[in-house]
Amino acid sequence: MNAQEQKPFAVVGERLPRYDGADKVTGKAIFGPDVALPGMCYGFILRSPHAHARILSSDTSRAEALPGVYAVVTAADLPPAESADHRYARDNTFASDKVLYVGHAVAAVAARTPAIAEQAARLIAVEYDVLPAVTDVLAAMRDDAPILHDDMRTHSLAGHGDKPSNVASHFQHLKGDPARGFAEADVIVEREFHTATVHQGYIESHATVATWSDDGAPSNGALTIYTTTQGSFSVRDHVVWLLDLPMSNVRVVPTEVGGAFGGKNTSYLDVPAALLARKARRPVKITMPRPDVFLATGPSSGAVFRVKMGATRDGRITAAQAELYYAAGAYPGSPVGSGANVMFGPYVIPNGQIDGYDVVTNGPRVSSYRAPGGTPANFAAETLIDELAEKLGLDPLEFRLRNHAREGDERLDGGTHGHIGGIEVLQAAQTCAHYTAPLTGPNRGRGVAHTAWGNWGGRSSCALNVNGDGTVNLVTSSVDLSGTRTTIAMQAAEALQLPPERIKPSVGDTDNTGYADVSAGSRTTYATGIAAIQAAEDVIAQMRARAAALWDVPVESVAYARGVFASGADLRFTFAELAEQVTGSGGSVGSIANVDVAEWGAGFSTHIADVEVDPETGKVTLLRYTVVQDVGQAVNPAMVEGQMQGGATQGIGWALYEGYAYNEKGQMLNANFLDYKIPTALDVPLIETVIVEVPYPQHPYGVRGVGEPPIVPPPGAIANAIYRAAGIRPDHLPMTPAHLLEKLGVIES
Amino acid sequence: MQPFAYQAPTSVGEAVALLADPERGARPFAGGTDLLVQMRRGLFAPGMLVDVKRIPELNRIAFDPTEGLTIGAAVCCAWLCEHPAVRQQYPGLVDAASIIGGAAIQRRATLGGNLCNAAPSGDSIPAMIVLGASATLAGPKGTRTVPVADFCAAPGKTVLRPGELLISLHVPPPAPNSAARTRSGARYLRFIPRGEMDIAVAGAGAWLALGDDGVITDARIALSAVAPTPLFVEAAGAALIGQSPTEAAFAAAAAIAQEAARPISDVRGTAAQRRHLVGVLTRRALHGAYQRAKGEACDD
Amino acid sequence: MTNKTLVSATVNNEPVEFLCEPQQSLLECLRDILGLTGTKEGCNDGNCGACSVLLDGQLVNSCLVLGVEIEGRAITTVEGLADWRGLHPIQQAFLEADGFQCGFCTPGILIATKALLDRKPNPTEADIRAWLSGNLCRCTGYDKIVRAVQVAACHLNNTCEVDA
Repeated sequence: MNAQEQKPFAVVGERLPRYDGADKVTGKAIFGPDVALPGMCYGFILRSPHAHARILSSDTSRAEALPGVYAVVTAADLPPAESADHRYARDNTFASDKVLYVGHAVAAVAARTPAIAEQAARLIAVEYDVLPAVTDVLAAMRDDAPILHDDMRTHSLAGHGDKPSNVASHFQHLKGDPARGFAEADVIVEREFHTATVHQGYIESHATVATWSDDGAPSNGALTIYTTTQGSFSVRDHVVWLLDLPMSNVRVVPTEVGGAFGGKNTSYLDVPAALLARKARRPVKITMPRPDVFLATGPSSGAVFRVKMGATRDGRITAAQAELYYAAGAYPGSPVGSGANVMFGPYVIPNGQIDGYDVVTNGPRVSSYRAPGGTPANFAAETLIDELAEKLGLDPLEFRLRNHAREGDERLDGGTHGHIGGIEVLQAAQTCAHYTAPLTGPNRGRGVAHTAWGNWGGRSSCALNVNGDGTVNLVTSSVDLSGTRTTIAMQAAEALQLPPERIKPSVGDTDNTGYADVSAGSRTTYATGIAAIQAAEDVIAQMRARAAALWDVPVESVAYARGVFASGADLRFTFAELAEQVTGSGGSVGSIANVDVAEWGAGFSTHIADVEVDPETGKVTLLRYTVVQDVGQAVNPAMVEGQMQGGATQGIGWALYEGYAYNEKGQMLNANFLDYKIPTALDVPLIETVIVEVPYPQHPYGVRGVGEPPIVPPPGAIANAIYRAAGIRPDHLPMTPAHLLEKLGVIES
Repeated sequence: MQPFAYQAPTSVGEAVALLADPERGARPFAGGTDLLVQMRRGLFAPGMLVDVKRIPELNRIAFDPTEGLTIGAAVCCAWLCEHPAVRQQYPGLVDAASIIGGAAIQRRATLGGNLCNAAPSGDSIPAMIVLGASATLAGPKGTRTVPVADFCAAPGKTVLRPGELLISLHVPPPAPNSAARTRSGARYLRFIPRGEMDIAVAGAGAWLALGDDGVITDARIALSAVAPTPLFVEAAGAALIGQSPTEAAFAAAAAIAQEAARPISDVRGTAAQRRHLVGVLTRRALHGAYQRAKGEACDD
Repeated sequence: MTNKTLVSATVNNEPVEFLCEPQQSLLECLRDILGLTGTKEGCNDGNCGACSVLLDGQLVNSCLVLGVEIEGRAITTVEGLADWRGLHPIQQAFLEADGFQCGFCTPGILIATKALLDRKPNPTEADIRAWLSGNLCRCTGYDKIVRAVQVAACHLNNTCEVDA
């Protein structure tokens, strides 16, 4: 790689400490639950104890009469719905006619103290007609299943179905002739997989403070919301949509975010807090208790997969077929589409068919979770890939290489691959220290899995303002989830050719920044970085023009390099000198760049897992774990490693420990961090990282999205390692000890 | 959490007086690691918490080679596990007390609370049962002693009478009789999915004593999380008496323990898994207890 | 509710007095009464460790301690780690080693690390993992946290190599 010969960047690629670091190690950083306003009161949300019930009546009078109560709100306080999507969003805020999951909000109370608010909420009398509930995706598709939405008809290529169904939609990708492809295959493998619903499991719960200015103000009642979110503008748009307010009158101030992973793309508390604050005529804070986070915020889909693959004796995949059934929770919108993209994503599939089903069930409406829908699909596909490699007597990485897509290859889900680094990733995995080291000992095995995941582009905004001392303030509307303030500022510093300590980045609010989509889809360092580079280039252009004017020379004669403007042999300004001049007179220099980056560039990741399986207890111990990933260009390698390690650990949790457990009434049995088991420090080894850099052409510095790919391969890699260790192919997530003991035939299922 | 009153008496007499007054609806409060969580869930709403951590008798650890070990009911697990005599003489107790929660929980949770919480999964209870531990209770009508094996009545229910307070736990000396060369060892093992921070899917405590000839002279086995209360399986221990400490003998005892188990399926495990685990864990715990009886370190 | 108790204690080496109700946890007292919001609530049932503080030097979950219990006792929170000389070596180590991402679990992990290194200045990787198993982190995968604790240990023991 050329990069090795000559370091192309001054700032990008350095392991710089993060700008927000000191505040985060001293307790000064303000997260959602830390916000307090003068005169603030406290909200509490009453939630359904039933998974499926019709609301017969609701009486809030006793709650309203309790001393210390300032406001009670229900669905009746929301403007009427104008479309199906609007109704779903409205009903997910407060149920109107039916509750569709345990934890479904039915009312909210604001009171002087949190205790009074909770006590008052318990005084709200709601009469329910309890209906049968269905939480399993296949059960929800049966003809006799309880129907969640009487007006829902299956949407498919053929149009809409003619009777009520829980299947919101069915899509199909078809390429070539699958029947012929399977006929050409020498080896065919086929399995069914079941994967549980999992939660993002951020440690910071949701929290919002809402406050209104007086109605008599010229803006006629402006709302300010402080909240922990992945997107201040998405919260604004949601509130505007549900409360029918002018966009200009809703200001959303994002706090520091204590983990999100897709789960804070969605707004839950903002509308209730706004309604309560308007009625209570004072600021209202709502903090969600941990059980409610599990019960009432969007997890990822539980899913079922039926997958079949065929290959020839010389190791070429001839056909692949998959059915994906994703539970959407109470309202449509599961990530089955991106699950289908991931399914056979890295490989050339000459003949293939994928059918995806989005199915509503009596659970919380699903939201994004890091590479939405990808992880369970990859588990299914990579298990079969491993099985094919085994049956063909091929090294699992070699088999993947033989079938890997290259630039220009057509994808099964439509479109073609761009400039991708999947082959480089597999090759790096083949030669890395982990894969080349022998693994010995009884009950031990090594597995690999590989994935493609496309990062999003989207809308971003970045503003730069040059100060009189040559420092630069950078303001972006992209919420910083885990260090993007730093990676965006590093790109600005690179483009401005200034040391990073001269840049001071911050995250703005919806009143004082340009529009940005949510910080999600591995897009922020990539897309907002592009905005920062564009703004920096504009700043330099303006500064050159100002230097030219000061010097009275043609602007073309003014060069800028390494922080120095120069024209001819004698004319010279450092950036700081020119900044002092221009801010002193003639108006300071600044720029805002608004971008909409359309490119969809896939990142690839291969994971290697060594496990030991206790054949008597079914317990899996991870001995060694390596993540190999193409990141395009690592802006801050330490932070890139952190993304790879953190994503892998979430995938490890998905593989081995995590899953919603429901009883037959549709009640979640493990809505806490005791029995919803996310990995602890004891459950993972040090996670080795191999950063591969195949620059992405659509970004000036070659950056690709990094955050999502590493959560995808762990279940597949661990399942394949378990097969090598114990001779069984797990087909459920999580791969619990009980599941493994059942597969081993030690206990009955 | 519902409002309640708080008192922190400094003597057993004061504490018992508070607890015995039916008007107060008082409950003892030590580490609070179960109690406060249950109160927040609304499982019960006491009118008063009687903080027992300022009562000297409840904060003592005393070891005497002939009298054995006395553990105050408010002694936290970390303190117990760091006590040199406990570490040396009662590693089977440390096995259990050291896995009740992580480092922070360890500094609050108590053996007394683990017993009084009477969860089927309480790790320390089988460990205490196999060591022949007993509980000393003080109440309005004086003090009494109850074997730990008889202490739990049902999930969350104990033999404590209204107004009674657990004062201390007593564990007999590790050597079961005066024969100089008699050796004993104990081991507690549980199965959990993660490395820490989980509630036992199943657990097994084992204690055995070896005679001069290397034959097992006495043995006790108790189980957690496989019955409505921690389960003392006398028959499993009895079957080992007079046997040589072989893996076959351990497996036979484990089979008896499996028979005695009455597991259920719940969010933490299936009944079949639990019954199976009883066999594995009992065998492994006996193996570990035997190693300790021989003065060796446990190999698992 | 007027059932309030006056509590006198030491928080971060400063004497404090506050009024609280018996059902208020130490966590609530720190955050809502004393304004020390550095200590975080993650689960409110002792399973995540975000609320870790030192109580007379011992690591506890402040959600499982009552405010009334700390009468006469000393509490250390994340706000008490740094002093006029600057950041505590543990804080410095977490910055250097990139031992956090979102930073929400970080106050609890810093406090837990202090408790560990106070009693065990040279912990092994296994010691660190076992000790921190009660502190959930969802971002990092723990790798860089473990390394940060190792860096902190060598800072405190003066065994680090001199910076190049």
